[in-house]
Amino acid sequence: MLKHEKIWLTVSSVMIIGFMIATGIQTFAFGMGPPSETERVDPQKVDEHEVFSEPGVYEVGENKYEVVMTLEIFSFNPGDIEIPAGSEVTFKMTSKDVTHGFQIAGTNVNAMVMPGYIQTITQTFDEPGEYLILCNEYCGSGHQLMATTITVV
Amino acid sequence: MALAQKIQEKTQKALGAHPADAKISKSYFSISFIALLVGGVLGLLQGLNRAGLLELPTWLNYYQVLTGHGLFLVLVFTSFFVVGYFYAALSHNLGGLQPKVRKMVWSAFWLKIMGAVTAVIPIIQGEASVMYTFYPPMAASPVFYIGLVLFVVGIWMAAFGAFIQVANWRKANKGQHLPILSYFATGVFVLLLFSSLFVAIEVFMILPWSLGWVDTINVMLSRTLFWAFGHTLVNIWYLTAVSAWYTIIPKVLGTRRFSDTLTRVVVMLLVILNIPGGFHHQIVDPGITESVKYLHVFMSLAIGFPSLMTAFAMFSIFERSGREKGAKGLFGFFKKLPWGDVRFLAPMIAMIAFIPAGAGGIVQTTNQLNQVVHNSLWVVGHFHLTLGMTVALTFFGVSYWLVPYVSGRVLTKRMNKLGVIQTWIWTIGMTLMSVAMHLVGLLGSPRRTSYSNYFGNETALGWDPYLIFLAVGGTLLIIAVVLQVYNMFHLMFRAPKGDSEFMVEPEAVGGNKTPFWTERWSRIIVLMLIVIAMGYVIPLTDFIFNAPPGSPPFKTW
Repeated sequence: MLKHEKIWLTVSSVMIIGFMIATGIQTFAFGMGPPSETERVDPQKVDEHEVFSEPGVYEVGENKYEVVMTLEIFSFNPGDIEIPAGSEVTFKMTSKDVTHGFQIAGTNVNAMVMPGYIQTITQTFDEPGEYLILCNEYCGSGHQLMATTITVV
Repeated sequence: MALAQKIQEKTQKALGAHPADAKISKSYFSISFIALLVGGVLGLLQGLNRAGLLELPTWLNYYQVLTGHGLFLVLVFTSFFVVGYFYAALSHNLGGLQPKVRKMVWSAFWLKIMGAVTAVIPIIQGEASVMYTFYPPMAASPVFYIGLVLFVVGIWMAAFGAFIQVANWRKANKGQHLPILSYFATGVFVLLLFSSLFVAIEVFMILPWSLGWVDTINVMLSRTLFWAFGHTLVNIWYLTAVSAWYTIIPKVLGTRRFSDTLTRVVVMLLVILNIPGGFHHQIVDPGITESVKYLHVFMSLAIGFPSLMTAFAMFSIFERSGREKGAKGLFGFFKKLPWGDVRFLAPMIAMIAFIPAGAGGIVQTTNQLNQVVHNSLWVVGHFHLTLGMTVALTFFGVSYWLVPYVSGRVLTKRMNKLGVIQTWIWTIGMTLMSVAMHLVGLLGSPRRTSYSNYFGNETALGWDPYLIFLAVGGTLLIIAVVLQVYNMFHLMFRAPKGDSEFMVEPEAVGGNKTPFWTERWSRIIVLMLIVIAMGYVIPLTDFIFNAPPGSPPFKTW
């Protein structure tokens, strides 16, 4: 093996290990892991579910909100959400039909919402304004219309 | 034995490709480039629509076009090219194909065509707008899945044909190393076989469900099985491109290959580590714990290592070749490279494209960064760099000498020039398009979505200037596609007759002191299975034994 090759491969290994360490610290020390809720639900009985039978925005603490949301072709329920600036919002979601995506443009909120599974993701909204929520997993002929907004006032 | 082989090699050199084997490769290439044309036209339609310039009719909507585009380019164009290419190598390296193997690869040919046609019919009818990924519980017409089954069985036939060819050669040449390009071929077919097992299981779950024989399906299980296949597939096309970089580029440059041992170790690593890599498509999925997702960061990043080894090897070849031609200074070798030779230019640009493409891949495997770009147009930009540039341009570069070789014709100066022009148009088009896709993806524009400003939303309207480049890039690309297809059929049927050389460099730097453990395929496969088990046993058992009630089929288009 050439000397330069050894240097190159050492740098490569250090870089890859660096990425792994950074990912691990962010996930397990800073709680920045990807949305990974593991609770299950019967996808054909979402309307009878104790939580999802009543979708809506709930205040759960000081500046803390929970949005219980169902996704189905081609809408988010509830839509046109309004919350005060500075609040921490946890979205608790499931799908009533096919696989959907939940993305808020301009933030890092990005999660798959699948039938049979509950998904949660939390975001603090400091900047007032209107944010676009859209479905980013192809879900059918009206997929490009599946969108709503969250307004921070 | 060595003498007999020498005689065989000499006669083969004199005769060119075996006519029966040449016909196989020519047929595969023909289908491959027809698929490129069809897939390219569909791509243009999408680009124009996504830029807001073209409204597609209801009988051929965006999602039908997109499903077709993915299928024609990711499945048909690539897989037909790969079989044509590696079978040419097996025939050249291993003393011509055996009659039995020829029969197998012909049945593979017809099975794959039947499969593709069967799958495309329901797409045209609007009964299968489910994309290349066909995630349940979206359910296409059962005919679509039957087409996929035929296609996969075709791939298996081609894989087993290659295994038989290789096994017989090894029996007759005990103690010898498999010639390098056939070694790559073996790796590729091993990966194709094992990864397609996953999708085969998935499709056999889906078929009875889409026929209405069972009521519900396990959504997460099928999705996970898909990605064990879906991502490996694109890495197989990448490994095929890598084979050309290691073995063909040195020949074009007139120098020796990089270390034979290292080359074979790269193949082994890519075979062993590849399949669990697909899991990074599920980083923001529910139902999988953070620790399992973290384990998979390792699984995915590990694939980066052999690629970084390759980067070193390639630049080492360039530098040596340049210095042999009298280059001076640190970067003088760059000027000595044959930039006007399409057989070098196209794969060279392909390699350069892999620098940002590979870096983007590392971004996507890293959990938090993945969350920023998941399912946005960034991802589409990424795989147009990897597949659209790295893989496609390497395949094109190879085709400019391999197509004339199997056709008993030569690459003329004029055709070389057309090839250079074609390469540059393709490069400019693809670069404009994928850079715009990466940027607008970071802003949040989603993939797999027909043009939409989301009811006049301000954020979405801000994406429009970037999306114009999808139309500009798409237009340039279709020009390059038409030129490429013209060039290929010209080289196949019209170019002047003559003998071309099979451009593979047998000699490696450091000679042939390669240790023999690189030939122990059973050991490589066992290691691969261990890595697959590490990656998949925990999530798959969890999805099977802790499954929520299943989902009925939906047709949402």
